[in-house]
Amino acid sequence: MQKESSVAYKKLTPVGEANHNLYSGTFHIEGGNFNSAGMVSTSIKSILKELGIPGDIVRRAAIVSYEAEINVVSYAKKGLVTLLVDAGSVNIEVKDEGPGIPNIELAMQEGYSTADQRIREMGFGAGMGLCNIKNYSDLFHIESEVGKGTHLKMIIYTP
Amino acid sequence: MKLRDVRDILDAEVIVGEDNLDLEVQTAFGADLMSDVLAFAKSGSLLLTGLTNTQVIRTANVLDIAAIILVRGKRPSTETIALAKELKIPILATKYILFETAGRLYAKGIVGCLQKVDTSGRS
Repeated sequence: MQKESSVAYKKLTPVGEANHNLYSGTFHIEGGNFNSAGMVSTSIKSILKELGIPGDIVRRAAIVSYEAEINVVSYAKKGLVTLLVDAGSVNIEVKDEGPGIPNIELAMQEGYSTADQRIREMGFGAGMGLCNIKNYSDLFHIESEVGKGTHLKMIIYTP
Repeated sequence: MKLRDVRDILDAEVIVGEDNLDLEVQTAFGADLMSDVLAFAKSGSLLLTGLTNTQVIRTANVLDIAAIILVRGKRPSTETIALAKELKIPILATKYILFETAGRLYAKGIVGCLQKVDTSGRS
């Protein structure tokens, strides 16, 4: 059954057009390429560091993008990460072409996992990824369509 | 204490980071599950783990982990060593099991980067 599910845990506020972007860029993730998993978040981390974003914010942004990247590599065909930094926030979107998540509420439950052995060997797949992403984001939004893919939006406010 | 003291306490081999042994460390976290490391470990801590693939280095980089201590005689892959060098993250390898590694460091003053986790927000 093709079904679109969407769970917004906190209401998203659109980035105001008046906000001046400090950085905007996209990164590609190749599904199934376990060796490259983490490259995008490593890049995001150094970009944010160079922009002079506070260390704590950089760390949180790196964690959420890393967990999201692991998910794309583990489950999807490919993914696109968009990083947008403005004066007040770090915005990370991860959109993948993959199997989608049939039941988002279940997927958000800590400990729920559909990971295979390969994912577990990397040190992941214990059903914590989406929880970590949600916990380290100020705003988190997820929507997914079975057979098409999953779209995550994360915002971390900078002080 | 310094990373060189950690090396001596654990009778460890320095695989990456021979130049970084003067690094000061006070706290540690131990786990083989990287999602747990991401959830709980604090920057500047030692990471005690038995996982040896490149994701250990990626995780350490994301969190600004001071150094990785591989336990139970585990050896890193060549890819892991190359990435650790690139990202300048020291790797030490000890034959002690995780429990002994943690205990020996704790006895010399290294403490956990947190004592207990907060489960109050869990649904």
